[in-house]
Amino acid sequence: MGRPGAVIEVDRNTPPTLFHYGEGVRLEKLPLGSRVIYAPDPIAPIAHPERAIRRALGHPLEDDPLKALLRPGMRLTIAFDDLSLPLPPMAQPDVRQLVLEEVIELAAAAGVEDVHLIAANSLHRRMTEDEIRHIVGDRIFSTFYPDRLYNHDAEDPDGNVLIGTTSQGEEVTLSRRAAESDLLIYVNLTFVPMDGGHKSLATGLGSYRSVRAHHTVDTLLNSRSYMHPPDSALHHSCIRQGQLIEDTVRCFHIETSVNNHSFPAIANFMQKRETDWTPADQAAFLAVKQLTDLAPADVKRAVFHSMRAPYGMTSVQAGQVEVVHDAILETVRRQMLVEVEGQTDIVTLGIPYLGPYNVNAILNPVLVVCMGLGYLFNLYRGRPVVRQGGVVILAHPCRNEFDSVQHPSYIDFYDEVLSDTLNPAEIEERYEKCFAEDPWYRQLYRKSHAYHGVHPFYAWYWAAHAMQHVGDVIVVGGERETVHHLGFKCATTLEDALEMAEQTVGRYPSVTHLRLPPLFVADVR
Amino acid sequence: MLALQYVRSVPAYALVRATGGNARVATSDLSMLHLGDIEEPEPPGRSWVRVRPSLSGICGSDTSAITGHASLYLDPLTSYPFVPGHEVVGVLDDGTRVVVEPALGCRVRGVEPACARCEEGRPGLCENVTEGAIEVGLQTGYCASTGGGWGEVLVAHESQLVAVPDALADEAAVLIEPFSCCVHAALRGAAGPEDTVVVLGAGTIGLLTVAAIRLFTPPRRLIAVAKHPFQREQARRLGADLVVAPDEVFQRVRFATRARRLDGVDRPLLLGGADVTFECTGTARGLNEAARFTRGGGRVVAVGMPGEEKVDWGPIWQRELTVMGAYAYGVESGGRRTFDLALEAAPGLALEQLTGPLFGLTDYREAIEYALGAGRLNAVKVAFDLRDLRV
Repeated sequence: MGRPGAVIEVDRNTPPTLFHYGEGVRLEKLPLGSRVIYAPDPIAPIAHPERAIRRALGHPLEDDPLKALLRPGMRLTIAFDDLSLPLPPMAQPDVRQLVLEEVIELAAAAGVEDVHLIAANSLHRRMTEDEIRHIVGDRIFSTFYPDRLYNHDAEDPDGNVLIGTTSQGEEVTLSRRAAESDLLIYVNLTFVPMDGGHKSLATGLGSYRSVRAHHTVDTLLNSRSYMHPPDSALHHSCIRQGQLIEDTVRCFHIETSVNNHSFPAIANFMQKRETDWTPADQAAFLAVKQLTDLAPADVKRAVFHSMRAPYGMTSVQAGQVEVVHDAILETVRRQMLVEVEGQTDIVTLGIPYLGPYNVNAILNPVLVVCMGLGYLFNLYRGRPVVRQGGVVILAHPCRNEFDSVQHPSYIDFYDEVLSDTLNPAEIEERYEKCFAEDPWYRQLYRKSHAYHGVHPFYAWYWAAHAMQHVGDVIVVGGERETVHHLGFKCATTLEDALEMAEQTVGRYPSVTHLRLPPLFVADVR
Repeated sequence: MLALQYVRSVPAYALVRATGGNARVATSDLSMLHLGDIEEPEPPGRSWVRVRPSLSGICGSDTSAITGHASLYLDPLTSYPFVPGHEVVGVLDDGTRVVVEPALGCRVRGVEPACARCEEGRPGLCENVTEGAIEVGLQTGYCASTGGGWGEVLVAHESQLVAVPDALADEAAVLIEPFSCCVHAALRGAAGPEDTVVVLGAGTIGLLTVAAIRLFTPPRRLIAVAKHPFQREQARRLGADLVVAPDEVFQRVRFATRARRLDGVDRPLLLGGADVTFECTGTARGLNEAARFTRGGGRVVAVGMPGEEKVDWGPIWQRELTVMGAYAYGVESGGRRTFDLALEAAPGLALEQLTGPLFGLTDYREAIEYALGAGRLNAVKVAFDLRDLRV
C-alpha cells in the first residue's frame, strides 16, 4: 500500500528540494518552516488490465453490454484521446491500445466491417505515424492506418457538421463521420480530473466553432478550478455540449485511469521524496544534473522526450458518459488528492520539460506560462494553494525558443500579441478571431503538425485565473528579456526571488513548494 | 587645398578587392584613396560658384567605391581622379548656406538642347553625362572637374544650389541629399493607402525611406527591417508601424499580410506578402528576400546601391514582380523639385539625431572604418566636419 500525499515542513534536517527546471533539474534549499507538498505514492495498478477491460465492456454502467450494441452492416466510429496525455507518454502497451484491441475484437466478432478510428486531437496538432502507432499498437496500426485510422481534422469544411446549439447558445460541431455513425465509442485516458467525461467528445471531435464556446477568458475565470469539474464553468459548458451529442448519435463511453508512476527507473529520483533517495538515486540525480548542465539543447531534449512512464492502469469503466466519468474520477482523486491546511503567501514551482502541448518539442515561453499558471496553479480543489495577492515563483530557463513546426502561431502570438498587451480579455477581443481564421495556420494545422492558430490564445487563457489571483509572478533562472516580455519578474536565484516576493507579500512570508510531477491535486482547507 | 582624392588604380583596386574590402587596407597608402594638398577646382563657367563644405556625409556608395564593391558599370560614368562627397551642406563665398543637388545633368553641363530625360526633370538619368563643360560624371563627388564634399572647396552650378533655412542645422541639412533620394524612391514606389510596405535595411537610406513613405505615400502598414537597437528606435520614431529583425522578416511579413509561408531549400517564400518593398541594403540577400516576400504582381524598389549581385530571378519571373530602381531626384510628378520637398519636410523629422559622429578630414581612416560599421556602433550618418578648415 503506497503512502498518501504529504505536506512536509522544512527543518534543519530536511535535504534540499528537487525543482524541475525545464530540460534540467536543480536542488534548492527552502527557508526553514516552508512546506513541501508531495503527491501520494502510485496506487496499485489492476493486476490483469485486459480482463478488467473485458469485464467493463461486458458489464457497463447504465448501458447495454457493448456486444449487444454491435451488429453487421453498422457504421462504427471509435475515437480516442491524443498524445497530450498522459505525460510523459506511457510505455507500451498504452491502455488505449488495450481497450481498442478489445473493442475491435468484439466488433469483428459481431461482423462489423465499417470501422473507423479517429484520434480526437481537436485543435491540437496532428500526430505523426509513429505517435499514433505508439498509442494504438502495431496490430491496429497496420490494419487500419491511414484510411480508417487518422487524426480528426477540425478545419475540414466537409468533414464536420453543426449538430445544434445548447440551451446556453453554445454551438456544437462534430466530426461528420462520428455524427453519421450508428455507434460512437470514445476511449478515454483520464490523467487529471480535468480530462474525460463529456469534455472528451465535445472538444476532441469538435472544431473551433464549438471549442470557442467554453475556451474563453470569462469561462476560465469562472472555473475555480477546472481541475475540479463541479466548480468549473468550462466543464458545465462541455456537459451541455456532450448531452447534445448524446441526443444526436448513440454513444458508448469507455474511460480509464492510470496511477502516477510517472518516471522510468533511470529517473526514479524524480518520483521519490528527497528523504527517500538512496545512494543510487543521488547518483542518478548527479548524472542527470551533469548531463543537463553540459549537453547541447538538442541532446537534452531528445533524452527527455524519449522517456516513457511505466504507468499502471488503476480503473476502467464503460457505459453512459456521466456515470462512467464519476466512477473514474473517484479513482483519479484517490491517486491525486493531498489535504493541505490553509493557503500560503508564496508558492514555488519547478516547471518540467513537458506539458500537454509540447510532446517532442520545446516548452516555449507561452507554454511555460500555460504550464505554470495554467495547469499547475489550478491543481487545487477548494482554494488555490497561494493566497489572493500572493506570489508564484516559477523555476524555468524560459528561453525565447519555439518549435516552428508545432507552434507557428505561438511565435506570432508572442511577437505580435504579447508585445501589444498581456491582458487575456483584451487579447481575446482584439486578436483571437484573426489568428483562428488565418489561412496559413489553418493549412499548417491540416497538412503539417502544427497546433491550430487559436491554440496559443487558449494556452494564455488557461493562466487568466492565476494572473488575476496572484500579486506577482517571478521566474527563477529565466531569460530576462523573455520573462519581462511575458510581464513577469526575473530572478537569478531562489533566494533573490523570495526576497523580491517579500516586497509584495510582506516580511516573513509563508512558503509552499509544490513538488511535482508526479502530479497531485491540493485539497486546500 | 586639403582633400581626399580617389585615384583610379588597377593594382590598388586588386589589392583592396583581394582583402575583401578590409577597411584598413581600403584606406591605406596602397589604396585608391589619398589625402593631400591638391589644386582647387576651377569654376568651368560664369554660372558656377565656389562652395566651401561644412559637413559632408560618407554615403554607402562612397564606401562601396573605396572598398572595391561598387558596380563596375559605374566606371565609364566617372572621371578620375575625383574628390568624393556628394552629401554636402556648405557655404558660398557670400556666406549663404546651401545644400548641393549633385546630379550633373544637361543644364549643369550647359548642353542644349537638353536630353529627353533632363527635359522630364530627371537629371539623374541624363544621357549627356559625357558632354559639356565638365568631365564625365553622374554627380558631384564622382567627377574630376567639380571637386567634392571631402575637400575644402568644390564648384557647383547655380542650378545645383538650394538655400538652407536658418532653422535647419548643418547636421540635419547634410541629410537633405539622401533624404531627397528617399523621397524620390517613395514616390516611385507609390504605395497605396491599403498597402503593406516593407523597408528592408535601416541605414541612412532605409531610415529616410521610412520617413519619406510615412510622409508622402502613407500605407496601411509600414514594416521596417532593422538589425541594431539604435536603428530600430529611429525606424519607430520616423514612422514605422512595426520594426522587425532581419531573421524574422518572413515571419512578421507573413503575419501582417495573412500570407502563406513555404520553407524552401535555401530560404522561405510567401504566397502573398508585401505590396511594395523598398530594398535599402543593396545586397544580394536583400534583393533575394524581397523577391520572395513581395506578393505576386507587387513592386520591389531598389533604393540602396547594389553592386554586381547574384540574384535568383525565379521569383521575379514567376511572381510577375516589377523591380524598379530609384536613383537620385529631380522634379517629381507634381512639378515640385525633390530637394524642395525634402527641405520642407526635414524640420519635422529631427534629422540631426541621425548624424554623427563627425570626423576631421585628417581622421579619414577612422571615419571610413566607423562608417563601415555604423549600424553596430549605433551610428547612422557618419560625416566629415570641414568647418574648422575655414578658420
